[in-house]
Parts: sequence; structure tokens; C-alpha cells
Amino acid sequence: MNAVTAHKIRKTFPAKGKPTVALETISFEVGQGELFGIIGPDGAGKTTLFRILTTLMLADEGTASVDGLDVVKDFKEIRKRVGYMPGKFSLYPDLSVEENLRFFATLFSTSIEENYDLVKDIYVQIEKFKKRKAGALSGGMKQKLALSCALIHKPSVLFLDEPTTGVDAVSRKEFWELLRNLQGQGITIVVSTPYMDEASLCDRVALVQEGRIMDIDSPKGIVDKFGSTLWSVKADRMYELMKALREMEDVASCYPFGQEHHVVFKDETASPEKVKRSLMDQGFADFKFHPIEASIEDCFMKLMTSHNA
Amino acid sequence: MSAEKVISVKELTKRFGDFTAVDNITFDVKQGEIFGFLGANGAGKTTAMRMLCGLSFPTSGEASVAGFDLYKNADAIKRNIGYMSQKFSLYEDLTVRENIRFYGGIYGLTDREIKEKSDEMLTQLKLGEQVNSLVKSLPLGWRQKMSFSVAMLHSPKIVFLDEPTGGVDPITRREFWTLIYEAASRGTTVFVTTHYMDEAEYCDRVSIMVDGRVDALGSPTELKEQFSAKDMGGVFLQLARKATRSDG
Repeated sequence: MNAVTAHKIRKTFPAKGKPTVALETISFEVGQGELFGIIGPDGAGKTTLFRILTTLMLADEGTASVDGLDVVKDFKEIRKRVGYMPGKFSLYPDLSVEENLRFFATLFSTSIEENYDLVKDIYVQIEKFKKRKAGALSGGMKQKLALSCALIHKPSVLFLDEPTTGVDAVSRKEFWELLRNLQGQGITIVVSTPYMDEASLCDRVALVQEGRIMDIDSPKGIVDKFGSTLWSVKADRMYELMKALREMEDVASCYPFGQEHHVVFKDETASPEKVKRSLMDQGFADFKFHPIEASIEDCFMKLMTSHNA
Repeated sequence: MSAEKVISVKELTKRFGDFTAVDNITFDVKQGEIFGFLGANGAGKTTAMRMLCGLSFPTSGEASVAGFDLYKNADAIKRNIGYMSQKFSLYEDLTVRENIRFYGGIYGLTDREIKEKSDEMLTQLKLGEQVNSLVKSLPLGWRQKMSFSVAMLHSPKIVFLDEPTGGVDPITRREFWTLIYEAASRGTTVFVTTHYMDEAEYCDRVSIMVDGRVDALGSPTELKEQFSAKDMGGVFLQLARKATRSDG
């Protein structure tokens, strides 16, 4: 049995003129114990999808199940079994850290003590502030408390909506280590993120954009499908180099990627030598030109442009 | 022309009670520079930025922004800078044209200037057809690019961008940086924060805050050399891991 299934789910919101389509007809499955990532920018429909799967919103069309239960018929039972951490901080700001956690444990007829093992790794990091009101915590601490509260009833499926948005690179890394540990305890995790680099930390990912799933696969599977040779190009004056490359007839795409530009040629037989010569004629120097493996971000952009074309 | 200093910060400190949010920071930013302002959550970036925008007074230290003193001329600073954040910048229930008109008015532009600037901006962003659409109906990427242009309406000397590309799709994120480069090449100073380490590479110089201090300052090339890191992500990790003041 799959931990999550979505079958032809569609959701629109009324708007002046024509309704806004939040989710086109989408389908996917998440296996038991999987760490499944929903990767996409703001406005892709990630939150809408989470709200449907956690039974907080009804889809216009389609069916979905969580832990084998139907999201419409069995919503009460699903709510007992899932943990949900919304993107927006949703705990009680006037209760202390400890009171919030106790409150959520009590709601699910359990206690902090009973499931302490599950939240221990996370909770010890905020335990010294347990008397502080949740509203007075810093962003990172709020996030850890929210995760503890979503876990305290030992859910079988955990839904995390953009837990790392606005979080710095170091804290993001630490958060993903926590997720891996939780997965090790048998919990299925569905997590959304706008950060493409986090895709590689998931077992499988869905790449979403404007309510559509562009691809679903393991990170490696997605990268393997890139289908073109990707070149890393460096020279002096990187910004001018980007503009020059984009002007060239042989170049299909050129995107800046930190210290290098990622370039795809229109024709696989196009020679980087020719391109290099022409760039040298334009006065560029200190070239580094070599083929590299595509990243999820390269794939995401390729899928975006092939859809829009 | 030797590059003029448009931001000059000396021993700037901000305390809240017994907590030192910004601890004795010193740096300059030159005209036309793209200056990346990095740091872990809770390192003091927002507090420092609020001071530089004239929104909060320092506890001690000196600073001038766009040629105006932080203590004496905070209002003049506000008129001479642009500001854009990921969270808020445009009124969603106003149309594209109404937003431009509104901000033009706030920044004290004449009707003629507003007209000229709007035409220029709508052409550049290819928003001509959407001029009478509500901002909330625009895709997020367009909204972010428009927010940037609105922050530049009054041709400020400096534009402060607080996580301008958070949550934005990867293509728009790159288009956004093209706007940054163009603004800088026209002489506008860009002061930008980001959590994307690839974007740190696009800055002329980067400062990294740790526990309220500026612990590193230099061009990406210099910093990578200094910390023997292969990219800016590596530099950031080394510095941020040192932090004793945790955000949680």
C-alpha cells in the first residue's frame, strides 16, 4: 500500500473573469517510508496540494488517499495519522514552548513523555527555552517547535510545507539531517521546497510549476533525462560572457550558475572549439570549458522552457 | 572618476537591552557596486539593514548613506534610497498602473516624470498589456521584477534588496539578476541579501555577518582564497558554523 496517492486531482479558485487554476489534473504516489520532495517556486500549487492531502480543503475533481484512507470519506481518521507543518507559523503564540507541545500531545490523547524519543533530537535544541512564549521565539526555534508539535502524536505520514524557506544554508543542511533521521524511524515524509538543491536529498521528487507536475522521478532519474551535453563555461568578465554566448547561433541556452555559466549547444556536434575561438575574437580570455553533469535546477529550467515553447 | 563611497559605516552598534544585535561593524560600499550582505538567520542582518535605511537609530557608531548622516538626516536617506523585500512591496489590490502612480507620488515625482518612468518600465518588463491588471493576477516572477523597478522609480543612488529572489523560479531568479547588473552598470549601488549561495558569486563584494559582527569582507575570489573554499557556499559554511549565537 502506498502512503499517499493522488489521482487526477484538480483545484481551481474563483476569480473575476476566469477561475484561477491552482492544480491542473495531477497524479502521483508516495511509497511507505519514502522521503518525497515537491519542488517548485511560489505559486506552483504546493500549499494547495498539501491542504487537500491533509483534508483541510476539497479538490474540485479527482481522488486522493493517505495511509490507505480516502481524504474525503475518512478525513477524521486521516487527521489522527498525519503530522502537518504549514508554511506559516501556526502554533499558539501565547502559550509557552512546553505548553504548545503538551497541548498537541493531549489533542491526540498522548503525552510528551510517551513519544519523547521521536522528538528528542529536535526538542533538546529548544528545551532550554521551554518556559518562553512561542510568539517570542526566533524563526529557527519556531520552526523546530512546529516540527516537534507535528511529530508528537507519532504520525505515519508527515507533511512539511516549505520548512526551509528563508532559512540560511547552514540551518537548511541541519534540518535535512533531521528529516533523514525521522525517515529512519519509519515515517513517510512529504516535503515541499523552492530550493532546487534540496531535491537531491529526497528519494524521489515531483518538479512542479504553475499547478502542473513536469516530472516525477528519483533525483538521479531526472538528471539522467537531461538529454543534452551540458558545458560549464568560464572566462574573465562573466556577465559580458553570458550576453555574448546568448547571442551566438550555436547556443541553445546559457544560464549563470554561480561561478560558471551552463551552456547547451543547439547541435550536439557543435564544437566548443569554434565557440571558444569566436569568443576569443571578441576579446575574452582565461577560458575554462568542460562538460558537466546537469543539476536538478538545470533540468527544472529545461522542463519549464520546453513547456512554454 | 574614482568610485565614490555611497555607504560608509564605522563601528556601528545596536543593542536591545543586554543583547548586542549588531556589534561594532565597519565597512564601505562604493558607487555602482553590487554588495552582497550575507549571514545566518539571527546574525544581525535585518537590524543592520534597518539602520542603514534610516528606520532605526544605532546605539553607537557612525554611518552615512547616500551622503547623509544616519543620526541627523534619516529622512533624507529614505528619499534617496530604494527598498524592496520579498515579503512586501506592491499593493496586490491595485493595478500595475496604480502601483506605479502610487509609488511615484510617495517618492515625490511629478506627473510627467511618473508618465515617463512608467512607459520606460512597462517596455523594459514587457508589461504593456497588463497595465490595467491587478498586481495579484500577475505571476510571482513578474511581480518581483516589477517591485524592483518600482523601488528604482525615483532613480535612487542605492537600492536595498532584502531576499529579492526567495521562492522565485530558477529562470526568473536569473532574469532578476540581469536587472541587478543593469542597474549597477548605470551607476546604482545594489545592496542585496540572499540565501542562495550561487547568487553570492554574482556580487562584486560580499560581507558575511556572524553573531552581529562582520567576520568576512571581500570579493568572492578573495574570500574563496582566504578560506580555501571552492565556492561561496564553502566560505559561508565555515563562518556560519562558528556562530555561537544560535537562532535556535
